[in-house]
Amino acid sequence: MSGQEALFEYLLRLGDNTLILGHRLSEWCGHSPALEEDLALSNVALDLIGQTQLWLNLAGEIEGKGRDADKLAYLRDGRDFRNVLLVEQPNGDFAATMARQFYFDAWHYLLLRELTGSKEARIAEIAAKGLKEVTYHLERSQEWVLRLGDGTEESHRRMQTAIDDLWMYTGEMFESDAVDEAMVRDGIGPDPSSLHEPWLGLMRSTAEEATLTLPQPGWAQRGGKRGIHSEHLGYILADLQFLQRAYPNATW
Amino acid sequence: MTDKKEWPLWEVFIRSQHGLAHRHVGSLHAPDAEMAIMNARDVYTRRNEGVSIWVVRASDIAASSPSEKGPLFDPANSKVYRHPTFYEIPEELGHM
Amino acid sequence: MYAQMVKTGVDHIQSKEEMSPEERAFQDRVDQDIKIEPKEWMPEAYRKTLIRQISQHAHSEIIGMQPEGNWITRAPTLERKAILLAKVQDEAGHGLYLYCAAETLGVSRDELMEQLNSGKAKYSSIFNYPTLTWADIGAIGWLVDGAAIMNQVPLQRCSYGPYSRAMIRICKEESFHQRQGYDAMTKLARGTPEQKQMAQDALNRWWWPSLMMFGPSDAESVHSAQSMRWKIKINSNDELRQKFVDQTVPQAEYLGLTVPDPALKWNAERGHYDFGEVDWNEFYQVVAGNGPCNRDRLRTRVKAYEEGRWVRDAADAYAAKKAARAKAKAA
Repeated sequence: MSGQEALFEYLLRLGDNTLILGHRLSEWCGHSPALEEDLALSNVALDLIGQTQLWLNLAGEIEGKGRDADKLAYLRDGRDFRNVLLVEQPNGDFAATMARQFYFDAWHYLLLRELTGSKEARIAEIAAKGLKEVTYHLERSQEWVLRLGDGTEESHRRMQTAIDDLWMYTGEMFESDAVDEAMVRDGIGPDPSSLHEPWLGLMRSTAEEATLTLPQPGWAQRGGKRGIHSEHLGYILADLQFLQRAYPNATW
Repeated sequence: MTDKKEWPLWEVFIRSQHGLAHRHVGSLHAPDAEMAIMNARDVYTRRNEGVSIWVVRASDIAASSPSEKGPLFDPANSKVYRHPTFYEIPEELGHM
Repeated sequence: MYAQMVKTGVDHIQSKEEMSPEERAFQDRVDQDIKIEPKEWMPEAYRKTLIRQISQHAHSEIIGMQPEGNWITRAPTLERKAILLAKVQDEAGHGLYLYCAAETLGVSRDELMEQLNSGKAKYSSIFNYPTLTWADIGAIGWLVDGAAIMNQVPLQRCSYGPYSRAMIRICKEESFHQRQGYDAMTKLARGTPEQKQMAQDALNRWWWPSLMMFGPSDAESVHSAQSMRWKIKINSNDELRQKFVDQTVPQAEYLGLTVPDPALKWNAERGHYDFGEVDWNEFYQVVAGNGPCNRDRLRTRVKAYEEGRWVRDAADAYAAKKAARAKAKAA
């Protein structure tokens, strides 16, 4: 794999994560527990959609085949998507959404913080913009994990179930493959495993404060980064891509 | 356990730029001060950078008379599509 | 408009002689365009009418999130998706501002939500129509928001301070809503034949419900007369409807779309368009709960509210624990 090919893959991973999670969060709009939360979740989704445009446009540029963010988002099939499995998991109840968000935000924050020092200036720039947004996302999802974990009996039970259920999708974020290795080699991105300890530290301290029990390390579901997804992704794409597929070559 | 109790009402005050005092922009509901501040950011600034937010429980405000006129607030600058000028409307159609 | 046919509880308009001294002082202030603020003396009928009107408006914003929210996940480009999400999010914000304005009149948001969820409270008839294609999103922005703005702009000057301030904020934020709708329609009208057909079909389906938004003629209504006297209603329904038609027809022509009204004709003498009669029977049916989507809209709202209860309770419980811990620490 050439450096350019690896970089293209890497950018797809970044952009697909934000695309799919932004999509999931946008499903909440109008259905959340309070009006204030409708606004907040939409803001997070809007940030992620904005980051998607930046990452995927850059990916298209690197690829050099004339594809822009929209073409990449709307005209690839599931096997070509590179997001981690975590972000495509269904919203479930509010606890599941917040557990997914907290797991992701903490990792996303640590990753972007590293990427602000990337040798690839365009990546560093996008990461710097994204980091400001994600710092806030993390603050918010963490506050909710605390409230639901240490709230009522019911919320505690739901939150514990959520962190247990989603735990096996977190391992993939810290695993390294040829693409990651190429990024480390070229000084573009960090070794994913280097993010694991700080991530775990935040998980442990938050779980403790939230009176939750952090699951034990165990079997990790993997495949998203290589395009082997859960069944959920196909339905997301059916929704997301419907108009572009039904009316090819139309502009909107 | 919290039968029919809703989140308390908070009044939101925002300082938008250096040198200007905090001004009342509106209210919202939140369970506690931390969430009230975060909600205020999401509701009343659509996340403009560099703002300072105060929140006060509405029930803690002692008032002499009805409040003064509230300020307007610009949506976040990076969300250009929130601004009407983002959309081109042909001149012959006039104002929209 | 977003508040249609608001009852005032009065059966005739009082003359100043009939008024009590407080009522007269109140009306004098309104006449002089002095804003009425919370906790000031106001006639009970004024307070109750305002609660009805503001909460109907708020409910409309909240229910109105559904037909458009229906297309957020299917928006055709990343930019359109962001725009639509930002717009629906604004509607949540506008509902929030309006509930807060209503709360200054001594009612809680929970009580208002309860009225909405139980089907007791009304919201605008327009949101009981389905969004079937992407063009409906354009049509809603262009027509529905266009119609709403007609009513909201004058309401910025209404007599009740918190309502007026909420409307100022809403109008400022909403100015992009109509334009994005027209912009989306323009893309379709200039697009492929299928897209143009989609745009025409949306106009066909949304035109008449949009005209219904202004409510039936209220020239004879004592409630409208009273609301205008109180300056919580500024224009008559027919006046606004005419203004809307006059403004919108040239916009449709510019897009090359046909307004679905054979009676539509420019009347040079009046300087206005003549247009056909709205099917008020349909309107009353929709208001009575028999529109295509009434049941779904309400069920969806109730479901979100009920399923969110444990979350709201948890946050309350956490706040109480935290406060208790802080107190114990201080002691």
